[in-house]
Amino acid sequence: MNTLVLDRRRVLAGSGALVVSFSLGHAFAQDQAAPAPSPPGSLKTSPYLDSWIRIDADGSITVFTGKVELGQGFKTAFQQVAAEELDVAFASLKVVTADTALTANEGYTAGSHSMQDSGTAIQNAAAQARELLVAEAARRFDLPADRLRTENGQVLAPDGRRAGYGELVAGDVLHVQAQATSRLKDPATFKVMGQSVPRVDISAKVTGGAAYVQDMRLPGMIHARVVRPPSYGAELVNCDSSAVEKMPGVVSVVRDGNFLAVVTEKEYQSVKAMRALSAVAKWQETARLPDQDDLFKVITGLSSQDNVIFERNDPSVVGQNTIEATYVRPYQSHGSIGPSCAVAQLDGDTMTVWTHTQGVYPDRQAIAEMLHMPPAKVRCIHVEGSGCYGHNGADDAAADAALIARALPGRPVRVQWMREQEHAWEPFGPAMVTRLKASLDREGKIADWTFEVWSNTHSMRPGGAGCMLAAQHMAQPFKVPAPKPLPLPEGGGDRNAIPIYSFPNAHVVHHFIADMPLRISAMRALGAYHNVFSIESFMDELATAAGADPVEFRLKHLDDPRGRDVIAKAAQEFGWRGDQKAAPGRGFGFAFARYKNLAAYCAIACEVEVNRETGRARLVRAVAAVDSGQVVNPDGLTNQIEGAIVQSMSWTLYESVSFDQRRITSIDWQTYPILRFSAVPDDIAVHIINRPGQPFLGSGETGQGPAAASVANAIANATGKRLRNLPLTRKRIKDAIDA
Amino acid sequence: MITLKVNGRDHQVDAEPDTPLLYVLRDDLALNAAKFGCGLGQCGACTVIVDGKAVLACVTPMVLLEGKQVTTLEGLGTTADPAPIQRAFLDEQAAQCGYCIAGMMMRAQALLMRNSSPDDDEIRSELEPHLCRCGTHMRILRAVRRAAGLMNRADLSTESGAIR
Amino acid sequence: MTRSGVIIGVLAALVVGGAAFVFAVVWQPAIATIDPSQQTFANDLVKRGRALAAIGNCSNCHTARGAKDFAGGVAVPTPFGTVFSSNITPDADTGLGRWSEAAFRRAMRDGIDREGRHLYPTFPYDHFTHVSDEDDRALYAYLMTREPVRAAAPANRLSFPFDRRPLIAGWKLLFFRNETYRPDSSKSAEWNRGAYLVEGLAHCGACHTPRNALGAERASAAFSGGDVDNWQAYAINARSPSPVPWDADALFAYLRDGWHPDHGTARGPMAQVVANLSSVDPEDVRAIATYMAGVFGQPAGDRRHDAKTVLAEVKPMADRASEANRAGASIYAAACASCHESGRALPYGGVNLALSTAISGPDPRNLANIVLSGISPREGERSPIMPGFASSMNDDQVVALLAYLRARFSDQSAWTGVDRVVADARRTQVATLGTVAASRQPPADSAQRDKP
Repeated sequence: MNTLVLDRRRVLAGSGALVVSFSLGHAFAQDQAAPAPSPPGSLKTSPYLDSWIRIDADGSITVFTGKVELGQGFKTAFQQVAAEELDVAFASLKVVTADTALTANEGYTAGSHSMQDSGTAIQNAAAQARELLVAEAARRFDLPADRLRTENGQVLAPDGRRAGYGELVAGDVLHVQAQATSRLKDPATFKVMGQSVPRVDISAKVTGGAAYVQDMRLPGMIHARVVRPPSYGAELVNCDSSAVEKMPGVVSVVRDGNFLAVVTEKEYQSVKAMRALSAVAKWQETARLPDQDDLFKVITGLSSQDNVIFERNDPSVVGQNTIEATYVRPYQSHGSIGPSCAVAQLDGDTMTVWTHTQGVYPDRQAIAEMLHMPPAKVRCIHVEGSGCYGHNGADDAAADAALIARALPGRPVRVQWMREQEHAWEPFGPAMVTRLKASLDREGKIADWTFEVWSNTHSMRPGGAGCMLAAQHMAQPFKVPAPKPLPLPEGGGDRNAIPIYSFPNAHVVHHFIADMPLRISAMRALGAYHNVFSIESFMDELATAAGADPVEFRLKHLDDPRGRDVIAKAAQEFGWRGDQKAAPGRGFGFAFARYKNLAAYCAIACEVEVNRETGRARLVRAVAAVDSGQVVNPDGLTNQIEGAIVQSMSWTLYESVSFDQRRITSIDWQTYPILRFSAVPDDIAVHIINRPGQPFLGSGETGQGPAAASVANAIANATGKRLRNLPLTRKRIKDAIDA
Repeated sequence: MITLKVNGRDHQVDAEPDTPLLYVLRDDLALNAAKFGCGLGQCGACTVIVDGKAVLACVTPMVLLEGKQVTTLEGLGTTADPAPIQRAFLDEQAAQCGYCIAGMMMRAQALLMRNSSPDDDEIRSELEPHLCRCGTHMRILRAVRRAAGLMNRADLSTESGAIR
Repeated sequence: MTRSGVIIGVLAALVVGGAAFVFAVVWQPAIATIDPSQQTFANDLVKRGRALAAIGNCSNCHTARGAKDFAGGVAVPTPFGTVFSSNITPDADTGLGRWSEAAFRRAMRDGIDREGRHLYPTFPYDHFTHVSDEDDRALYAYLMTREPVRAAAPANRLSFPFDRRPLIAGWKLLFFRNETYRPDSSKSAEWNRGAYLVEGLAHCGACHTPRNALGAERASAAFSGGDVDNWQAYAINARSPSPVPWDADALFAYLRDGWHPDHGTARGPMAQVVANLSSVDPEDVRAIATYMAGVFGQPAGDRRHDAKTVLAEVKPMADRASEANRAGASIYAAACASCHESGRALPYGGVNLALSTAISGPDPRNLANIVLSGISPREGERSPIMPGFASSMNDDQVVALLAYLRARFSDQSAWTGVDRVVADARRTQVATLGTVAASRQPPADSAQRDKP
């Protein structure tokens, strides 16, 4: 098999872009009319190697990714991947993240796709780049390529001759399209991948280095604060800003319809001016929000498009013992610790926006549309913000900054959202209802299974200016685009609605609700959080009805061997025994899911303590097992799973957005409390099942659902009472115990 | 003009007396560590040390700071020469997005300056004002314990004023 | 018989009789132990007992911070030394496990433990004596079904002669009336229920009534104010210092929710009281409010009547106060006004300080406590958060602020000795936060009371 997949003469003929048609030739050689196999990951959409790897004449190497660092450690992971396949020292590379002027368009950093898409692209591009450099060295040394080896950024010949990558690079050697397959390194020889390399960004974060978009200070930068309406759809009927314009440091009051902002020289002046401006702004409010106390009725009462998304029938199997349950999830908030922020500058006819958006290309398109500018004249550069956990206020802050910057050409404008604004205006994780019904046969196996989920879409991300608040509030507003369901197999509200277990009869329905009484969009795990919570709670309810151990019960219905491994591992490391009985006041719980049924596997066993006097539940310890395919950075993965467990515990025990008939009322940490240290568990242990050579599986969201169900199951085990309405608050637990 | 002593140096700052310290640190002095998380004293991301005690910079106006010494994370150490608390957080990789971490570290530093061997309950209690949304709590606790170990082993003085 | 013989004889008789009398009063018999495993209780009785225990605020004294419920060990400072609360879990050796119901009732009724020893009146049996047998039965059922905890309370730290329990008998002779509440037929059933609860289980007077030199409540000054853990328990009768007078509706809302827009948020030991009352049948809270409204009485003619009037009257004082207290004025404007003048509704916005009893009250202790420690969040529940300023303000700054607040927001004369109060407050906050559960439990938002 010819491992050198490129026609080197053609490639190295000199400057100019060269396209290697090997992929097509290969296809023809196979005598198939089938289309050429596409290269893996994001190479599919950005096939040129130099979209990913750039090597300069001085040997310095830059890796480009269209994904962004959200605090998951991706910059580091990508650096590891590239370093490994290029055979260079980890520290000799630099990673550049999403920038519409520099990197490939990889859509959003979301859905746990980054390793699968970008990581894979980088891995393959780096491997193929290395091959090209070896090929060039072989040409110069007049030796066969397979006599050469690479080490530390150099190609080495057996006779001692060597050439650094920088020397070998000539012209557009890397401006070639990627091949469908690459010769990847054998995982057994990994030096950097699979190691817990310390993250490249933490050093600055613990010493006060500039690390976030909030830390940006451009020359001449001015500060802005937006005065947001008090409720959805409010109209600004009067605003006499003359007094505010005279306040110290005020540069401008910007108004465009219902969009109102004030700009000042110094930051605190902006805060004071915002308060003053808010006091003189008169709004007419018309919002009518639904009843927050009966979300079941609200959600199931909205009209829906009903789709059967899974159907399986085996009439020979009949169940006798049938149980039903309904689970409800409230609206929940991303609750980013750092309220959203963006910097924008209109320089001539080019608008540059520095933003912590998850998608610089969609954001650019939306901002260009909002400003009636050609997209090529808008540049969006990702700079880290605080953790976003999905679509928070980042894109809106970017739009705010761009709109204000347009009014003040030449000057960099920094918009910082206030805490109350982030809480009130971010798009929430949608409220959801699930209804489950199942029957057990004589042997205690599930004979039939019905699952219905009611939900909004889980993505109202830009593309489309109408997704951004500034564009919705302008005098010539953009309409909010019609929401669409996210297609399976990934899904949105129906993510993980199809069970991974095998049931002889199964019927899964997705009731897609277009009407959005509250502003919603994507929040970590999307529908999978509630769907897995429901499925895994219900599996326990069925196990109880069958008199079976929860772990055994799951294994009885699961064929997927990697899923079985993860379940066994978590149970074993936890010390799960079929005959176990928790200490008084305590309970054990177990849950498992494969995120999206195609990403990472995660099983979690936990122990919870419930105070019968007060109803207070506390996670005592959790043990997780995770299978992410080939692991790049074990510590990074562990960090993500620990974080997912703690965050999901907070969602599950405490969190719900509150609102009255007109306004969102959970607008700060008093009114939207999240986990504090007093409730942090004693111990969390994460066990990774590494699968060297296997594809990367997205892991950033895999823990959310299992953690929720595991805790719920442990509470049920501790109290004998099953709770199905999220959040499982102290009061709800106490009322259940008292009942 | 107000004189503010930060990390051992005097600064002349053009700020009104009601300006919270957080904005002076970030806007006037270009210091990054203390963060705007809420501006309401609810999340701890803005925590710095004033005269040896941890304070929330977002609700500490300049008028309270006359004659006092402010220490920020930048004043504890650098990448090249990190303080024990910074070394510990690095070693434990105690950060995900990292936005809350500077505030946590300053609170922990103030604790360790008064109590060089806090037990787990004391550390949790001390950090109660602080929020971390990413769920890095376990590592943060480990990092604080580790820092205590580093400080005790080095047998550093913990008199007020001797920050490290 | 000679006269001296008669005198000696009378004296001897007196001494012997006195001794016999004293012996009869001091010495109390032990009540036999019971086998705890023999007892079962009806669910309803236990539930009733739970509600009564909430009214009685038992957990506040009998649960140390961070320790197991009802296991005792809370240090209660008194002018005579420190008394530690006992373990009232059903543990057989260190708690009530071997107490019969009769023994429990005797403790509540007469202040005598199972073994016959007199209990220190730190345990307010001078109030609990009013509790009916039925209610005692329910409380007993509740306590005996709690989780037993093995924990012996630390020994009391009392100086001689107060460490001699027999002395309590004398105290009882002087100050203690063993009696059950008798309803007043001229008043409504609700008022009587309120009186029964307030004078009995809720023992409001134990904090809110001043005590004499021997530590007994001064009956003639009922509800005229008292001290608890370095907090002032305000007068809750006609001498109430609150800018807006209390009425039954306001009391009901405050006791049930823990805050009221015309008065502020419950702080200090009262925070735990309202937290407990939030779980109680609202009818009982209504009854307490009705009775206490009567105790407050109608406000005197010259007292300002509602919040609006108070706020209007306070406005002109601002400039004068700022002139006299420049430092305090600028601290207030910079550190307090953004929350306390935001217009955001209670309990999440700061109360307008013109309505604050802490500022109009007789001494600055409560205000100093609040300014220093703020309000901590309640775990996982919507609740107010106020930053504490102990670390960012030194004593001079706190003193200046307090003086300014007094001048600006009340029409009372200036406090004296504020610097000493602030220094004491700083010291005590550090000490009591370690043992008292109270200040860590702010009330949750009333609008969320019955919601998750």
